[in-house]
This record gives sequence, structure tokens and C-alpha cells, in this order.
Amino acid sequence: MNLIALDSSGQTATVALVSDGVLLGEYTINHKKTHSQTLMPMLQTLCDAAEYDLQTTDAIAVAAGPGSFTGLRIGAAAVKGMAQALDKPVIAVPTLEGLACQFYGTEQFICPIMDARRAQIYSGIYRFSQEGCGVRMHTVAEEAALPMTEQIERLNALGEKVIFLGDGVEVHRQVITEQMQVPYLLAPLHKRLQSAGSVATRAIMMLEEGKAPVEAGAFAPEYLRPSQAERERAEKLGAE
Amino acid sequence: MSGKPIRILAIESSCDETAAAVVEDGRKVISNIISSQIDIHTLYGGVVPEIASRKHTERICQVVEEALKAADMTIADVDAVAVTYGPGLVGALLVGVSYAKGLAFAAQKPLIGVHHIEGHISANYIDHPELEPPFPCLVVSGGHTHLVRVKDYGEYEVLGRTRDDAAGEAFDKVARAIGLGYPGGPKIDAVSDEGNPEAIAFPRAKVADSVYDFSFSGLKSAVLNYLNSCNMSGTEVNRADVAASFQKAVVDVLVEHAMTALEEGGEKTFALAGGVASNRHLRKAFEEACAKRGIAFYRPAPIFCTDNAAMIGAAAYYEYIKGVRHGLDLNAVPNLKLGERI
Repeated sequence: MNLIALDSSGQTATVALVSDGVLLGEYTINHKKTHSQTLMPMLQTLCDAAEYDLQTTDAIAVAAGPGSFTGLRIGAAAVKGMAQALDKPVIAVPTLEGLACQFYGTEQFICPIMDARRAQIYSGIYRFSQEGCGVRMHTVAEEAALPMTEQIERLNALGEKVIFLGDGVEVHRQVITEQMQVPYLLAPLHKRLQSAGSVATRAIMMLEEGKAPVEAGAFAPEYLRPSQAERERAEKLGAE
Repeated sequence: MSGKPIRILAIESSCDETAAAVVEDGRKVISNIISSQIDIHTLYGGVVPEIASRKHTERICQVVEEALKAADMTIADVDAVAVTYGPGLVGALLVGVSYAKGLAFAAQKPLIGVHHIEGHISANYIDHPELEPPFPCLVVSGGHTHLVRVKDYGEYEVLGRTRDDAAGEAFDKVARAIGLGYPGGPKIDAVSDEGNPEAIAFPRAKVADSVYDFSFSGLKSAVLNYLNSCNMSGTEVNRADVAASFQKAVVDVLVEHAMTALEEGGEKTFALAGGVASNRHLRKAFEEACAKRGIAFYRPAPIFCTDNAAMIGAAAYYEYIKGVRHGLDLNAVPNLKLGERI
């Protein structure tokens, strides 16, 4: 099976190609240049370097959210265009699950945290269990937009070792240091941020779990938050 | 044209319309699909950028699929993919641009970025095989008021633009003030039929240092002041008269500037473009002004006045035959200037 995978949910731009169980290549840039300018040229460079024939693609995996609204849409729209041209389906990988798969098979709780602005993070809590020679992923706390302190309280209550990763780690390093009461690790550099290889790993797991890919036309990002205008309107209607 | 026809799949998402079209040789529209979001934005009294961007993302595949299906083609049959990359709402533009890049990359087709206003101007080429540059063109829409000299295909000189509100924006604001709702243009156009355009003397604003630039914020304020003074004195407002008088003030200025440009340039052809070009009173005023001077007057059919992708396909054709191609680093440029090439 051949997969294209990408993640543009945060500042990281990352693309990967998988061919029959081999990660042909991954190209990741953590730089402030806009995804609109970088993502597709990166994919083109990677395809050229790996001599990858686009026509052999079976599915396209993408970090489907949460994340930066604009970042998610740049990835989503590009994926929809490619999937439609190739007539192949999309595997919508929850961003936080894709991140968590960087620690595939570890025993600790995995807590990806993405800076969500407005004093919140996008986060969930995951853990892996080994079953025979396979690994299953479990959701301990569903993905949500919430304050960092709330997630820390939850982790303290769970009382198990934790690994934190994601772009929220730097932003919330101090509060983590001050408030965490259970042992924790901060992910090392090479596993800290989004990786399209990890998105591909989660996509393959999802297929094995029987989660069906979607058609290009049916795919849309999962923002976890309504737009500001919708939120304000709902508040206004609720108040009346 | 000799040889094989050039067919371009064009995509437009700069504001609140998700649109796709297949256009042959820049003039023949094979298919033209427009998915409007106006019902949603009406709830908010105007276009909400984040909602527009989300809706574009949801709709774009279906709209393109419908355009190809209506043309009885697949992506493999098109010669190039064209997309609006500015000006417009950046988030909305990014959806079309990112999608078009993905599509062009995977289908191995050339990519052409198109300026939205150049699209509006080029809508005049559709169904008008005899129309050729040079000619002056007035582009009036919700976001733009440009008086442009089209020197050649893809070559433009901006003669005048609005210093403040776009003409369409002034329509929206005045419509809101007299309780007609959004979008204001069509509503004012309709209600004006029952009003007297000479009832109230609203100002015809001039910009001191330019014969071609426009200013509509003073006119808008004059309408608001008028409504306010009626309110204070307890005089009943005749909405139809206000609408008709306001509209006449806008139309008079637009016609006057355009006729000045024609006198200066000496062309025998004039074109109108943009969403407000569907306004019946505006069209009639231009028809009369042009007829009086022996000027051939062009305007797109109403379906090509509103934001659409056929006009993008028309503009893209002339870029295509000049050899213009964009790379996969094409970005949305919300403030892209007319005639600018990035």
C-alpha cells in the first residue's frame, strides 16, 4: 500500500511517503514561512527524490485537526485536490493521535499539547497497550480545547507517568514544572513536533482498526471550535 | 483559433462564492458552477471570513466535480488549472489556491494564478468574440470600484479607484440604514423603481486631486444624516425616494468618470464589470450615455457579473497563451494589485 501523508496543523510543515511498509522519506520543516508556499513544493521535492509515482497512491493521510484553522485548511484543500485528481480516498487522522504515535508502544500516558491561543491548549491523553505482537491505541481523555491547568489536574488525578509533546510544551513549560505531581518527560527534539511519518503510522493503524477512509468531497477538518462569529451569535441568541 | 481548443478548469473562492468552470479558448463557457454561501452570511449581516473559508473547504470538490461533469470531461481532459490568488479574503483565497495546487500537481497540469478583478474585466470576452482591447472598463462590486484602461490582454492601467468605500459597500450600508437588509445592491435596485431619484439632493463627491478617483463615504454619511434629521423632526422617511436618490448619486458619478476616460482615451468601446454591473439602473445609465456618444457598450451577462469562475477561465486563457505558469509555491495575495504579477 502506498500513502502520501502530511500535517500542516501547526507551524511545522511535514510530508511523508510510504510504500509497501517502507517510509520512503519524510521532509519536515519548522520554520515560520507560510504553509501555502512550502507544503506543496516540499511534497514535490520529496516525490522527485524518492522517485515516487503519484499514480500508485492508494490513499492520502492528513492531520485533520485540531490545529491552526488556516494551517488545517491549507493541508485539507491540497489533499482534497490531490485525492480528487487521483480518485483516491482521504484518511483523516486526528492531529493529536498522529502526534501521540511518535511514542507508539510506550507504556506512559502520552499527552500531546498544542498551543490553541486564548489561554487554551488542544490536547488529549492517550496510551498504548501491547497485545501479542501488535499495539493498540486507547483514548484516556478525548481531544478538546481546554486550559493547560485543567489537563494537568486530570493527569495528576490519573496518577501515572506522562510524556508531553507538541508545540505547547515550550509555551507551558513553567506551569508543567510547577504543577505536575506525577513523573513526566518532555519529548526530545526529534519527537517534539508534528511528523508526517507519525501521521502515516496512525493512518495505517486506523485502517487496521476498520476505520474507513473518506472520499475527497466528504473530508473537512475538525476544528474543535466554532468561528468567533458563530460563538458570539450563539451567546447572543442564548442570552435573549 | 486554429488547432486544438484550449480548455481551462478555473476555480474561484475569493469571497463567499465557491465556483468552478470550464472555459474554451477564453470565450466559450462549457460549464459554470457557482455555490453561494449568501444564506449563511446573511445571518451575520455580511461575509464572515472564517465561515466563508470553512464552507469553501467543504464545497470545493463537489463544485469542481459538477463543473467537469457538466462539461462531460475529467481532469485529464483539461489543458490547465486556473485559480484566483488575489485580491480577496486571505483565508478564502487560500482554500482555492491550495486545492488548485493539489489538483494541478496530482493531475500534472499547468497552474495559472489569476487576479480576481482581471477576471471580472475578462468576463466581457465571454460571448463577445468581437471585443478586443484597448477599452476602458469600470469594475464595480461589493469590494472594488476601479476605473481601468485595458491596454492589451493582461495589461492594465488603473485610472481611478475608490478612496474609501467601494460602491457595493455603500449600497450595503445604505440598505441596512433604511432597513432593506443584506445584500444591499439588488434590494436598492428593486425598491428604487418606486422612488423619485430627484427627491433628495445627495452630493456627487469629487476627489480634489484626481478626476478619476471615487469617494462614497461622504455620500453614505449624507444619507445617514438625512435619515437622522427626518427622525429628529418626526418626518416620515420615504425609503424608495432615499434609495432612488442615493442610487442616482452613485450612478451619476460612475458614468461621469467613465465618460471622461473615454473622451481622454478616444476609444469607441466601453465595458462594465463586477457584481454591481447587474444593477439595472446603472446599466441603463451607461447604455444611454454610450449610445449618445456612439460608443459600443459591453457588459457581461448577469451570471458572469457576480463572482464566478468562468471569468477566471477567460482571463487565464490569455495568460496561458502568453506562457504564464505558476509554481506550487503560489500563495494567496489578499492585496494583489491590478496588473501586478507575483
